[in-house]
Amino acid sequence: MKTVFEYTRGMLPEETTYCPGCTHGIAHRLIMEVLDEKGLLGETIGVAPIGCSILAHHYMNIDMCESTHGRAPAIATGIRRVHPDRIVFTYQGDGDLASIGTGEIVHAAHRGEKITSFFINNAIYGMTGGQMAPTSLLGQKTTTSMDGRMQEQSGKPIRMAELIATIDGAVFVERVSLDSPGNVRKAKKAIQKAIEVQEKRLGFGFVEILSSCSTNWGVTPVKALEWMRENMIPYYPLGNLKSPEEVK
Amino acid sequence: MAKGLVKFNEERCKGCELCVSVCPKKIIKLHETKLNSKGYHPACVTDVASCIGCANCAVMCPDGAISVYREDGEERDE
Amino acid sequence: MSEKVLMKGNEAFAEAAIRSGCRYYFGYPITPQNEIPEYMSRELPKVGGSFVQAESELAAINMAYGGAVAGGRVFISSSSPGIALMQEGFSFLCSTEIPLVILNVSRGGPGVGGIQPGQADYYQATRGGGNGDYHLIVFAPSSIQEAVDMMEMSFRVAEEYRNPVMILADGMIGQMMEPVVLPDPIPAALMEETSMTKPWALTGTKEARPHNVIKSLYLKPEELEDRILEMDRKYQKAKEKLVQYETDGLEEAEVVLVAYGSTARIAEEAIDLLAEEGIQAGLIRPISLWPFPYEAFDKIPQKVKAVISVELSRGQMMDDVKIGTKGRFPISLSSRVGGMLITPPEIAADVKKALGVE
Repeated sequence: MKTVFEYTRGMLPEETTYCPGCTHGIAHRLIMEVLDEKGLLGETIGVAPIGCSILAHHYMNIDMCESTHGRAPAIATGIRRVHPDRIVFTYQGDGDLASIGTGEIVHAAHRGEKITSFFINNAIYGMTGGQMAPTSLLGQKTTTSMDGRMQEQSGKPIRMAELIATIDGAVFVERVSLDSPGNVRKAKKAIQKAIEVQEKRLGFGFVEILSSCSTNWGVTPVKALEWMRENMIPYYPLGNLKSPEEVK
Repeated sequence: MAKGLVKFNEERCKGCELCVSVCPKKIIKLHETKLNSKGYHPACVTDVASCIGCANCAVMCPDGAISVYREDGEERDE
Repeated sequence: MSEKVLMKGNEAFAEAAIRSGCRYYFGYPITPQNEIPEYMSRELPKVGGSFVQAESELAAINMAYGGAVAGGRVFISSSSPGIALMQEGFSFLCSTEIPLVILNVSRGGPGVGGIQPGQADYYQATRGGGNGDYHLIVFAPSSIQEAVDMMEMSFRVAEEYRNPVMILADGMIGQMMEPVVLPDPIPAALMEETSMTKPWALTGTKEARPHNVIKSLYLKPEELEDRILEMDRKYQKAKEKLVQYETDGLEEAEVVLVAYGSTARIAEEAIDLLAEEGIQAGLIRPISLWPFPYEAFDKIPQKVKAVISVELSRGQMMDDVKIGTKGRFPISLSSRVGGMLITPPEIAADVKKALGVE
């Protein structure tokens, strides 16, 4: 019998306390698989956000630190300056990266920091119980938009991948989704390329990973993936927005 | 057709059914009566002989509860 | 052998930090300390260090945390409104027990305030603007030489206690020029050792050790309480070992002035003026503001008629003077604010008012 799939040793054996069906479990695993396969587990330092995945360091088998809300790219910058030869990444949700942390992500990209930021976009605030995120869709009901997000009040949802792609220092920008096995496999390829970009020290890498939050969306995990397909992907188109020649 | 073998770690399972929804042979379901120590009905395979070892279930499992093996064919770079 | 040079305070602070082993600086321009990032941008790369002009003080304090969790010796600077933005960072650094040296070249506040010197960050520094039970260790130099001399000590204290240390200078010391003897640069061998003595640092596991985790969140209250009490024991040790102060003329004094930073030098001039008029004034000069030298006030003889807190603030240090004097003496304030510097005659006038004399 050949092994087709076994849980990567990049993930610690501890069972996660994430909700059933939470795609953090998939996103964490993909990043750790890539690092494990490239032999980089011992070379990597990760920065966990404020959000459900503040707990990431319980599960990722690499040196990690927690951060202040939104500031992970600044923290990663400090780490990168002390360790020019390690792999450094941030893992951030939509409150962390697209709300309080917009300054820091834009400037890390602008400086061309040789780090990778993984952006978990699930169109809602998970940890704090379901408030509207900058990425919540028009009409989406959340605890701070009980009648559905309205454009006059809150503007349209923000497309971070497109925003980051306009910045010269961001050399690799791709949006992927975890809604199906096919898309999960494509997401892994994007993560591989992003880490390659970092290995080659080409510039700032950004992977936006469309994800679900079945608990705060109020649907089953399976329905949540359907909701992603029907509602998020049309607004947040998948694909590579920018890639250096070296990893195309 | 390659013969596949899946192992489900019932204790890690949270009954989210993502695996159930992506199995192309529709041979995964939540156990109707058994409960794991977390209180979930764990996922299990109803017809092991039909498994093709595609690993869709393992790829979608957020909890590392599934391992997949195949009798022949290439070792997939999962 | 170190030479004596005439230097602007801000540049001397930066050079002293480099000679004490700092190799990483993250800062945002703010008056009156801009010479520090400017100097660092020129000089740090020459010693293989790294300078980043951050997009804000919010980013700067977090870059500093990143550099420090990675094991680097990091120095940052700002001025009062920028320090206000860093409060969350200080609480976070204390919580995660990460060493850092921060220099505040303080100016008039509140709000945007002014760009002239002030001492109204005393509460901010010693009572903490961040959340939770924590303390910055705070030292206040009153001359450029003293600031330069306390730089290496500050790094050592920060690393021994795994806590941020603040050097609370004021705009006057930052901007003035004085002759100063710079310390010898610390030897390269000692620099290597510095990074190796941080087994907690994030350096990459090399798959040779369990992963290091730096965390601040403790969801279980029992765990968080244990952490806070452990940190408290560290702060108790700091209170026993890190107190620094100077006194002058307490034995013969009929009135005692309490002043820190450049204000202490002005107070000394006032003491000379008062002596000419036959009034004997003593001085207590706190050098550590946290831990505050309460013990110094036990040395004030009972015959002293008044204790006056001399500050460029509306009496922020006066609270600690009241605690230190334990109700033994009437306490009053001699102050100018808004960037106005107090003068020796003004202090002398306030002393005479406190004593009820013309």
